[in-house]
Amino acid sequence: MPVILATDIIMFLLTVIFVFLALRVRSEGYLKDAWRQIKMNKLAMISLAILILYGAVALADSIRWRDPVLNDNGEAAIADNGSTIYSAEALTLLDRAFSGMRLSTEKTFSAPFAERQFVKENIEVADGTNRRDYPELKYPGAHILGTGKVGNDVFFSAMKGVRTGIIIGAGTTIISIPFAIFFGVLAGFYGGIVDDIIQYVYTTLSSIPDVLLIVAFMLLFGQSGYQGGLVNEADTILNFFVLNDRLFWLCFIMGITSWTGLCRLLRGETLKLREMEYIQAANAFGVSKSTMMLRHIVPNVTHLVLITMVLQFSGLVLAEAVLSYIGVGVGAETGSWGNMINTARMELSREPVVWWNLLAAFVFMFTLVLPANIFGDAVRDALDPRLRTK
Amino acid sequence: MLTYIIRRLLYAVPILIGVNLITTLLFFYVNTPDDMAHQILGEKGITEEAVEAWKRDHGYDLPLFVNSGEAGLSKVTQTVFAQKSIPLIWLDFGRSDRKNIDIGSQIKRRMWPSLAIALPTFLVAICVNMIFAMLLAYLRGTYLDIWGVVLCVAFMSVSSLFFIIGGQYVLGKILRLFPISGYDTGIYSIKFIILPVIIGIIASIGGGARFYRIVFLEEINKDYIRTARAKGLSEGTVLFKHGLKNAMIPILTNVVVSLPFLFYGSLIMEAFFAIPGLGSFTIDAIHAQDFAIVRAMVYLGSILYITGLILTDISYTLVDPRIRLG
Repeated sequence: MPVILATDIIMFLLTVIFVFLALRVRSEGYLKDAWRQIKMNKLAMISLAILILYGAVALADSIRWRDPVLNDNGEAAIADNGSTIYSAEALTLLDRAFSGMRLSTEKTFSAPFAERQFVKENIEVADGTNRRDYPELKYPGAHILGTGKVGNDVFFSAMKGVRTGIIIGAGTTIISIPFAIFFGVLAGFYGGIVDDIIQYVYTTLSSIPDVLLIVAFMLLFGQSGYQGGLVNEADTILNFFVLNDRLFWLCFIMGITSWTGLCRLLRGETLKLREMEYIQAANAFGVSKSTMMLRHIVPNVTHLVLITMVLQFSGLVLAEAVLSYIGVGVGAETGSWGNMINTARMELSREPVVWWNLLAAFVFMFTLVLPANIFGDAVRDALDPRLRTK
Repeated sequence: MLTYIIRRLLYAVPILIGVNLITTLLFFYVNTPDDMAHQILGEKGITEEAVEAWKRDHGYDLPLFVNSGEAGLSKVTQTVFAQKSIPLIWLDFGRSDRKNIDIGSQIKRRMWPSLAIALPTFLVAICVNMIFAMLLAYLRGTYLDIWGVVLCVAFMSVSSLFFIIGGQYVLGKILRLFPISGYDTGIYSIKFIILPVIIGIIASIGGGARFYRIVFLEEINKDYIRTARAKGLSEGTVLFKHGLKNAMIPILTNVVVSLPFLFYGSLIMEAFFAIPGLGSFTIDAIHAQDFAIVRAMVYLGSILYITGLILTDISYTLVDPRIRLG
């Protein structure tokens, strides 16, 4: 029984766009040149490989389905009305691939590669008396980043944050791109009153402090939907689709706060392109305005869209952690590095210190954001060196 | 110049109205006053009268945009939108939803701690970043420059949360140099200010130094620098005397836009260090779901943003006499 979240669709869309671009870099003129230049940059290629690895984990964490509940005989349980009963837990491909790690939970904290628990307990010794000591772990040495407060494997928890990071970083831009292209090109192409209205809208939106707009929106829309974890039947449409997904709302509102920059950039570029000879030629041939915009302007601004997408990525991933820390980011049950940092902060004041939760979140975030920054710079230099200073 | 500023101020009016329209739609249309009353008064054992009384006390009992019960101009003025927006012109922010305190006086009191943290961070960070950037520009093309830029990118890739947590842990808890968090009045507040300022500077180095380096490099490749070198001036004089002066234009205009926001405070910094400034005021309001305060802070934020834009334009004319605002 498949389950599809609204953010899963974004993830699929991202995959399609990535595959499309990967195919196009071999044929299309300016992409081909840019790709040749990026290929020469060793650091950028290593970064790309890491980003693809992260993307693969995120995609595997977006394909999910529910298993039937088994009865005592090991067969699928059937409800009274004849339909199969499915478990409320929609496990993803990632959950299933790492089920060993997911299910090997301990009682509570344990340090990385530890053989024994981090906290002392009363242990019954053979002669019947009790002794206070560190009990042996159920899976000694198996947790490469230790276990958390409820005994969860920290490495696995950090891996569950990958999907959230990728979706916030790239999905947000995917949502905002259509708006930015539509309004930016329209404003630049028509000018006059259309331009005035669109400029007014984006100046107004960008004058509201981003964080407050996101906070207000999430307080009003984010509280009711799917927060991660078990899938509630009431949240679904046709029993498999979850539209009211908190992560999706977060992407949506972050998209609204971030589209204005791209819109302004596209407006400026369109203003310039409008005066080019080939547009005048198209005008002389009697090409309609909508065709002119779609066929002659939009393809010539796509490099700006690509640049914005890779450059925004890392900032958005970092912003998600801060928002989740304030408590207006992703739901409490969604795996996210912001949530991990939030809990890890309290653990630092324990004695002795529990540091591995924080380390895991740091390492996973850093190894995503650093390659994203390096690759983003390489893409920008390859596509438009003039933008360097902006 | 004066006419330009007046025109810009007039242009701010529709923007501020637009901002209020958005907040009104978000906070009153999506989340009706009835919802608010229930959130604040609690769900159980609440009578209809209590809800009505609460709405009347806070002025939320009127229609949103059009009051069809009134005649003439009162049709528009006797509404939640007008009643809540018009006092904002003379910066009367009203009272908060939950504790019924005067928001305006709170803002006036709390902006000083915010400023006490933000101003030193801002000034020292600019100096530190520029020194680093000049150093990298001086060493341009060498391995030190390349690795310096890589280090900048690495610093940019670390979440500010880690800088704060790490700084508090190492400088505050282990080395015991500063108190971890808190605030005091007057001169005693200094020991509480140092740690957030240091952390704020460290967090800004990556992005800042990289940006200023690019600005300096752009300036260094210009013709007048070549002339200065041809005259036989030392590389130091060329960089610091001629280059720095001209690089100030993009730097200044980039910096001025954030000047008004020094009062505004930073949400996470103030939350982590328990600074009683505007940032923690906002975050407390968010946790308490006090939308009157959030609305006031949104309005204040957009005023500061518009002020920043106008200041940027004025600063252009100050540093570059070729620019005239008409």
